[in-house]
Amino acid sequence: MARTRFPADAGLTSRMLGTMFLLGLLYVVFVAVLIAILKSWVLIVVIAGGFLFFQYFFSDRLALAAMRGHEVSPEQAPELHQMVDRLCALADMPKPRVAIADTDLPNAFATGRNQKHAVLCVTTGVQRRLSPPELEAVLSHELSHVAHRDVAVMTIASFLGILAGMVVRSSIYAGAWGGGGWGRSNDRDSNAGAVILLVVLASAVVYAISFLLTRLLSRYRELSADRAGAILIGRPSLLASALVKITGDMSRIPTRDLRAAEPLNAFFFAPAAAPGFSFSTLFATHPPLERRLEQLEQLEAQLGRPA
Amino acid sequence: MKFLDALLGRSKPKQPQLDALFGVTGAAITLEAAAGMKPTGEAAVCFKPASGQGFAAASEELKGLLELAVQEAGSTLKVTDDRFGYRWVALADPEMEDLVTSVHLVNSTLEQHGFGPQLLCSVFGFSGAEGQRFYLVYLYKRGTFYPFAPLAGERRDNELELRVKATLGGDLPIEPELARWFALWGLPLD
Repeated sequence: MARTRFPADAGLTSRMLGTMFLLGLLYVVFVAVLIAILKSWVLIVVIAGGFLFFQYFFSDRLALAAMRGHEVSPEQAPELHQMVDRLCALADMPKPRVAIADTDLPNAFATGRNQKHAVLCVTTGVQRRLSPPELEAVLSHELSHVAHRDVAVMTIASFLGILAGMVVRSSIYAGAWGGGGWGRSNDRDSNAGAVILLVVLASAVVYAISFLLTRLLSRYRELSADRAGAILIGRPSLLASALVKITGDMSRIPTRDLRAAEPLNAFFFAPAAAPGFSFSTLFATHPPLERRLEQLEQLEAQLGRPA
Repeated sequence: MKFLDALLGRSKPKQPQLDALFGVTGAAITLEAAAGMKPTGEAAVCFKPASGQGFAAASEELKGLLELAVQEAGSTLKVTDDRFGYRWVALADPEMEDLVTSVHLVNSTLEQHGFGPQLLCSVFGFSGAEGQRFYLVYLYKRGTFYPFAPLAGERRDNELELRVKATLGGDLPIEPELARWFALWGLPLD
């Protein structure tokens, strides 16, 4: 009896699984190499654990603070709250906190480690540019991120990459200052140098590969959220038109604003790209507009078919 | 399964639960006997219209079925779209059972066409002992009810709502999370 009009997208699922497998494999190998070389796994675990913990538990506050978003009550933003209320009832999920960021950058993001701690933030720019139905489509995309627990998944997926980057940097600094720690005693000098070089090399490779893989994963999850969001409101074309409007506007925004916002791109609805700078598709956190529109067109076509 | 879904970044559209809806007839009797609150004979179903020919066909069929049912039961029917893009099918009939049957017609037709996930809620109008208006809202995705008593100026009569909750506690599945008792301002029922 209960059925849905939308068949599952097996291709997207398997590509995502493949990416995750590669990421996991990479991390296992990396940790093994680090432990073998440094012989101090406690340090690794403590640093890695600390990072993960901080990102995981403070993601909502970090992102909100970085975007200067402030939480709003139902009295302050009744329309927005009622939209979110209805979407949450439609999707059967707890209502996230709602925030508004005072910036002209047209965007929206969702963050928080799980559904109970989620924050949904829209900018005044996006409210001004989109019609209410389009804004609702954007909200349903962001709610899908919350439902899919994307913050948790992406934090876990990217933290070892960040750790590897840190190891590279701190090793290089240690080398450049030439003194402290490893390089002191004469007889072990060459040996220690070789170890540091190995660690730097391994970390650099891990960082590069994990960077590409997490970006790939992020793009898949964007497509997933597009899909779930479009299905939730039952009008894929609304999301498509919101996308076109936002991405069209994005390139006309002053550069300084955009660069300030760039570290947060992963949680955005559409990434803030500086004008004239062409992302190679390999490095993008979001799939190209054409790819997203194409998927929404397919969904629209599925809706068109008579039952 | 939930873990796997999170890992794979997917969510299935939530299907509505229709069974508990019929409990509203019994609840109306309880409310009248225990607290002097009467049904106003009005109800409405709210859903999110989807785009495309599939939904258009479903709506067409629904329209035909509803008109037929309404004629038979001698009730009235009004369809409106609200400012949030949801469609309301408002029904009026003095018989509570006819109302519930008509509401269920909307549910089941949408569900048969695969649009069950588009259902948001249905609303039944009541008036309190002193004539205050309140509504019983059925959340399709949760299978639960909650009372909604609007006052002028987009405020809610929480005292009345909690009184209704206390009266109905045993008869109906009342939504336990108060955060999900969302407000429905400007209902197309009068």
